[in-house]
Amino acid sequence: MQHTISILVANEAGELSRIVGLFSARGFNIETICVGKTLDPAWSRCTIVTSGDDRVIEQIIKQCSRLARVREVKAVTKLPHIEREMALIDVSVRAGDGRQEIMNLVQIFRGKVVDISHEQMILEISGHWQKVDTFIEMLRPFAINEITRTGCVAINRLSALEQGAQAAG
Amino acid sequence: MAREDKKTMTTSVAERTTAAETVTAQETTPPAPRGAEILVRGLIKNGVDTVFGLPGGAVLHIYDEIWRYREKITHYLVRHEQGAVHAAEGFARATGRVGVALVTSGPGATNAVTGIATAYMDSIPLVVITGQVPLTMIGTDAFQEVDTFGVTLPIVKHSYLVKDVRDLEAIIDEAFCIAKSGKPGPVVIDVPKCITADLCDRPRRLHAEYLFDGADEPVDEAALAAVVDRLTTARRPVLYVGGGIVTADAADELMAVAETLRLPVTPTLMGLGGFPTAHELSLGMLGMHGTYAANMAVSECDLLVAVGVRFDDRVTGKLATFAPQAEIVHIDIAASNIGKIKKPHLSFVADAKTALRAIAEKLGNLDPAAVEEGKARRAGWWRQLAEWKAAVPLACEYSENEIKPQQVIEELHRVTHGDAIIVTDVGQHQMWAAQFYPFKRSRQWLTSGGLGTMGFGLPAAIGAKLACPDQLVVAVVGDGGFQMTNQEIITAIQYRIPLKVIIMNNGYLGMVRQWQEMFYDRAYSEVDLSVSPDFVKLAEAYGAEGLRAEKPADLKRVLEKGLAHDGVTIFDIVVTKEENVFPIIPAGHDTRNMILK
Repeated sequence: MQHTISILVANEAGELSRIVGLFSARGFNIETICVGKTLDPAWSRCTIVTSGDDRVIEQIIKQCSRLARVREVKAVTKLPHIEREMALIDVSVRAGDGRQEIMNLVQIFRGKVVDISHEQMILEISGHWQKVDTFIEMLRPFAINEITRTGCVAINRLSALEQGAQAAG
Repeated sequence: MAREDKKTMTTSVAERTTAAETVTAQETTPPAPRGAEILVRGLIKNGVDTVFGLPGGAVLHIYDEIWRYREKITHYLVRHEQGAVHAAEGFARATGRVGVALVTSGPGATNAVTGIATAYMDSIPLVVITGQVPLTMIGTDAFQEVDTFGVTLPIVKHSYLVKDVRDLEAIIDEAFCIAKSGKPGPVVIDVPKCITADLCDRPRRLHAEYLFDGADEPVDEAALAAVVDRLTTARRPVLYVGGGIVTADAADELMAVAETLRLPVTPTLMGLGGFPTAHELSLGMLGMHGTYAANMAVSECDLLVAVGVRFDDRVTGKLATFAPQAEIVHIDIAASNIGKIKKPHLSFVADAKTALRAIAEKLGNLDPAAVEEGKARRAGWWRQLAEWKAAVPLACEYSENEIKPQQVIEELHRVTHGDAIIVTDVGQHQMWAAQFYPFKRSRQWLTSGGLGTMGFGLPAAIGAKLACPDQLVVAVVGDGGFQMTNQEIITAIQYRIPLKVIIMNNGYLGMVRQWQEMFYDRAYSEVDLSVSPDFVKLAEAYGAEGLRAEKPADLKRVLEKGLAHDGVTIFDIVVTKEENVFPIIPAGHDTRNMILK
């Protein structure tokens, strides 16, 4: 079972290696990892997509929580949430050689063409990782040079917070 | 005041201050201290009076300050950095205080790694200060450079690479707080040489303040009430207690709970001493080399209350059949330990002292009639336990010609009246010491449990003896482990630390040999240590007393003579070569496969 874990960690040198090291040392899996700073620049939010049964996910949360510089760990996917990933895709395509078809795909998937030249197009796509997967799959007939994906970020929906508040209250 | 002036100044702190006052008569502010001084002052501020270490290029400034502050802080020069960390561990294990080791960069740090990992596995509070090359040289493959932060990352509770001297004071304070709070552990502070030279009079606070890890959480009242209910009503309960009892100083609380309800108690290897071995409620140690009674009790119990333990594989054996009939309650300071190995039916996070005190309080409020009723319900269980205890007691048959290793421990127990602090290495002798020396109190038994570090015993005993100078400290080691750190004898000699080291000399890497005998068709692959130094002469070469006993008739006299000696004594006790530790539950098996002899 795949889960997205959100970790609030001090924005300090070495703290990311500590988290990644913990995952490898305890045999936890990392599908994607994504880090960025928060409103308070002293803290970063690290989003990790991992897999495992409930026991494993519980251990991941507890083990990460032990780290001195980790303030909060939550399994975002255990509650209603929004999950997004972005990808940039470099496709070799000349005028009249399928550009229009690619444009159609971009439109269907609500992507963007962020760069174009005689030889290539660079496409941007964002959404649930499955949508990104499908978009890339649809591009397979064309000459894909390079794909770069951000990995997932996720956030719990307000409705989830309200549910949580009700449960707590 | 220029740095150079400061360096040439007299060595005592008091004199320095006086000189500084004279020179800067108009100014009231003292000169800014350098990082090295901030570091040493930080140690003193955090109550450190004992440091174990070995200097090198990257820590020269720090050693300069160690010299200047030598009235307030005593540094013990070891002969190998592993010895420094083990000694600091011995100090910490014997007292509960934070042990401190100081080593240089590169090889100094890598030599310390085994000690740090040992402390990490057994949750021992340490602060290990490692030198590092100057910041500008980090990453250049400089002389004696190693990525200490990276190398130690998986074996520390926390670690720092100091990048600004203004952070140093806060880092040291926080390191001590982290090392001893919650589930204790080692903290590494990697200090580049330039930081120790930098001047700083304006220390700053750390950005992200450390958050306390769990000890402050209130006890889950519902779970607590349920645990009390189960304890009073269970027919076949067992208390399974570990190092958490020792760490939290919870022996009295454990005793109160056990005695109130008359509950059988079985400690783990790390929990030995947390409950007196000779107490009528004690079943002795459980696990791979635990007693028959303890292991049978766990197999048959209907309630297993685990306090301050982590369901280590050496305790559980085959997990699926560990305590198969029991409702399992797990109480531990670390939430991460709960459910890590075995999912409990009931659990709450608390240190052992808080938890057991809360349970004892609740028991105090119970209707005495209910308590008595519970005790009566367990009468049959106690008859069964007594049967198991009587059926297979820990015992060994003495021989007329050979000294039995178990006999050494029994004799040691007699001549020390059961009061000595016993420090061991790892292997057969460790298990025999655990089995045959009944412990009376916490911190009387210091051993490397989790990591199983051979070479731990001798240097750890040095630290323990320095921490408890009024107590008899005996290191019980094997001939294998002894030779891994025997260079530290000279440390004990140098500082006149009257240490007693008993080598149980069987001419083998005994535990490995036992496994080869039992599980590998007696193919004794690379375990023969029959070619060893003459340990008596070795002792004498170091300036220690060396005594040998080869016959049972000599044992008592030799032990008494050596223990009465006013200095370091190394005992070479020649024991039966192929003696095995029993009972043994082979790894991955359960009590049904327990081999009794």
